[in-house]
Amino acid sequence: MALILVFVTSLLGAVVLAFVGDRKYAHEINIIGSGATFAASIFLAYEVYATGPMLAGDDFFFVDAFNVYLAVLTAFVSTTTAIFSRKYMKFERSHGRVGHKSMRFYHAMFQLFIFAMLLALLTNNVGVLWISMELATLSTVLLVSLYRTPAAIEAAWKYFILCGVGIALALFGTVLLYFAAEKVFGEGTQGLLWTNLNAYAGSLEPTVLSLAFIFLMVGYGTKVGLVPLHNWLPDAHSEGPTPISAVLSGLLLNVALYALVRCKVIVDGATGSNKTGYIMMAFGLLSIIVASFSLLRQKDIKRMFAYSSIEHMGIATFAFGLGGPVATFGALLHMLVHSITKSAIFFTVGHAAQMNSTQDMSRIRGLVKGNPLVGWGLMLGVVAIAGVPPFGVFTSEFLILTAAMKNAPYLAPVFLLGIAVAFAALMKRVMPMVFGDAAPWQGSLKASHFPVILHLVLILILGLYMPVFLNDWFHKAAELLR
Amino acid sequence: MDLSLAAQINSVLAALILLTSFALLVQRRIQGLLHIFAWQGLLLSISTAVVGYSAGLHHLYISALLTLTLKVFALPYILYVLIHKLKIHKEVEEVVNIPTTMLIGIALVIFSYDLTSPVRELSTLLTRSTLAVALSTVMLGLLMMITRKKAVTQIVGFLSLENGLFFAATSATYGMPLVVELGVALDILIAAFIFGIFFFQIRTTFESLDLKEMEKLKEDE
Repeated sequence: MALILVFVTSLLGAVVLAFVGDRKYAHEINIIGSGATFAASIFLAYEVYATGPMLAGDDFFFVDAFNVYLAVLTAFVSTTTAIFSRKYMKFERSHGRVGHKSMRFYHAMFQLFIFAMLLALLTNNVGVLWISMELATLSTVLLVSLYRTPAAIEAAWKYFILCGVGIALALFGTVLLYFAAEKVFGEGTQGLLWTNLNAYAGSLEPTVLSLAFIFLMVGYGTKVGLVPLHNWLPDAHSEGPTPISAVLSGLLLNVALYALVRCKVIVDGATGSNKTGYIMMAFGLLSIIVASFSLLRQKDIKRMFAYSSIEHMGIATFAFGLGGPVATFGALLHMLVHSITKSAIFFTVGHAAQMNSTQDMSRIRGLVKGNPLVGWGLMLGVVAIAGVPPFGVFTSEFLILTAAMKNAPYLAPVFLLGIAVAFAALMKRVMPMVFGDAAPWQGSLKASHFPVILHLVLILILGLYMPVFLNDWFHKAAELLR
Repeated sequence: MDLSLAAQINSVLAALILLTSFALLVQRRIQGLLHIFAWQGLLLSISTAVVGYSAGLHHLYISALLTLTLKVFALPYILYVLIHKLKIHKEVEEVVNIPTTMLIGIALVIFSYDLTSPVRELSTLLTRSTLAVALSTVMLGLLMMITRKKAVTQIVGFLSLENGLFFAATSATYGMPLVVELGVALDILIAAFIFGIFFFQIRTTFESLDLKEMEKLKEDE
C-alpha cells in the first residue's frame, strides 16, 4: 500500500505541477508533493522493518533493507530540497534568470525525477532499473540547461551525450545478463528479476557475466561519476540551478551506485570470486585521488563541490569493492551521510552565490558578516564533509579505513592521502569565503535556513549515535551484499 | 522456413547493418546520413521479424513493428523536420581523415569479435554469430560520436549505437521481455524530443550547430 503511495504521490505531483505551472502556490505544492512521498516512504520503511523484505506487484517490486533506506533518503532530501527551492527559485525568478515557462517545467521535472529515482530503487526488474535510470537522466537534462546560458547548454549537452552513451553500454550489459539468465529461467520477465538472478546466481554462466559486468561497470560508473568517466559531472552539477545540483549530487549518484552494487552481487554469485570487487576498488581509488587533487584547482564554488562528490562516490565505491561486513556497513553509511551533508552544502552555496551574484570563489568574501547562518552553515557543512569528528562522515570514513587497513593495507595510505588532500583543499578555499570582511557587492536575501539546520543536526546525530533501526538495517543490508 | 535458411538471411542482414554503420561513419551530407540511418532501421526491423518467424516467437513481431515505426519513420522524420527548420539540410560536414577512421572502425570490429567469442561458443541460437556485429555497431556508433563535431551527426551516431543495442537484444536472446523493450522505446522517444529542443537552444545561443563552439567548460581555466 505504502509502496503504491510512494509512486502515486510523486507522479501525481509531476502532473499537477505541470498544470499549475508558474502560479502562486506551485512552490508549496512541490513541497507538499515531496513531503507526501516522504511520509509514504516512511510507512514503507516501517512495513519492511517489521515484516522483512517484501515482493509486491507480481514480483515487479522488491523492497529490502538495502533499497528502502535509500528510498527514504531520496524522499527526505527531495523534500528538504523542495523547501530550499521555494526561496531560492523565487529569488531567481524575481531576478529574471528563469522565465514563466521554465518554472512550470522545473517543478514538473523535479517531481518526475524523484519518481524515476524511486522506481530505479524499488523495482525488482533489472531492465526496468535501466529504464528508470535513463528516465532520471532525461528528466534532468533540460533542468541543467534551464538558465540558457552558453555554459549551461554546453553542460547539459555533455551530460545528455556522455550519460546517454554510458547508460547505453549498461543496457548492453543488461542484455548479456538476460542472455545468461535465459538459459536458466527461459523466456520472459522471470530472467530479469533481481531476486531470481540472485537466488540462482550460481547456475549463471560466469564468463558471460564477467563480460556483462564490464559493460555495467562502465555504464553505471559513468552515472556514478567515477574517474575517468566523470567528465560530464562537474559541468552538469555546476551550471544548473542549485536545487538541481543538490539532488544530482546527493541522490542521483547514490541511485547509480545502487544499480552497480545490485549487479555486482549477481556477478559475484556467478563467478564465485571477488574480481568485480577489485575493479570497483581500482575505480574508487582513482576517483578519490584524481578528484581530491582536482579540488585544489577549482575556481567555481559549485564545481568544487561537484569534485568533492566524485571523491565521496569514489570512497563508497572503494568500500563496496573491499567487501566484508565492516566495509559494506561503512559504504552504506557513507552514502547516507554524504547525501545529507552534500545537499546541505549546496543549499548554503546556492545562497552564498546569490548574495554575491557570482559562483567565482575569489569574489565571495565574509559570508559570516553578511548572513551568519549561511556562513556558519557552509563552514560546518564543509567541516562535516571533510571528515572531521564528531560528524557522521568521520564515522563512515573511519569504518572504511579500518576495513582497508585489515584487508588491503597497502591501499590504505592512498585512501588517506586522498582524504587529507581533499581536507586541505576544501579548508583553503572555504576559510576566506566564510570569514573576513564582507565583500562590498554582497547583498542580503531571505535565506532558507531550516533545511540546512535540519541536515546539519542530523549529520551530527549520526556521528554521535547510531539509531538502533539504522544499525539493524545496515547489518541486514551488509549481510545481503556479502 | 528452413532454420539454416533463416540463419543465412540473418547473417546477410547483419552484414548489411554493419555496412550501413560504416557508411554512416563516412557520409558527409546530413540528409544522406538520415537516409542511411533509416535503411539501418529497416534492416534491423526485417531481421527481427525473420528471427521472430523462424523461432516462432510472436512478441518479436511487436518489436519489429516498434522498430519500424520508431527507427524507420518517426526518428528520421523528426530529424528531417528539424534540419529543415534549422536550415541545415544542405550542409556538408568536413570529416577529417576518413581512411584513418575506417581503419579504426575495422579494428573495432575485430575487437568486438574477439570480445564476444566466449559468448558465441555458449549460445545455441541461430542468431549467435550476429552478436559480434551488434557490438561492432555499438562501437562504430561511439566512434562516430567521437569523430564528428556537429550536434545532428552526434545524435545520428547515438541512435545508430542504440540500433546496435537493439540488434544485440534480438541476436543474443531473441529479444528482451516486452516490458523492457517498450520502456526502452519510450526512453528513446523522450530523448528524441529532448535533442529536438536542444538543437534550437544550441542554435539560438551559439548561432550554429557546430559543437566546436562549445569549448568554454574546460578544466584548466
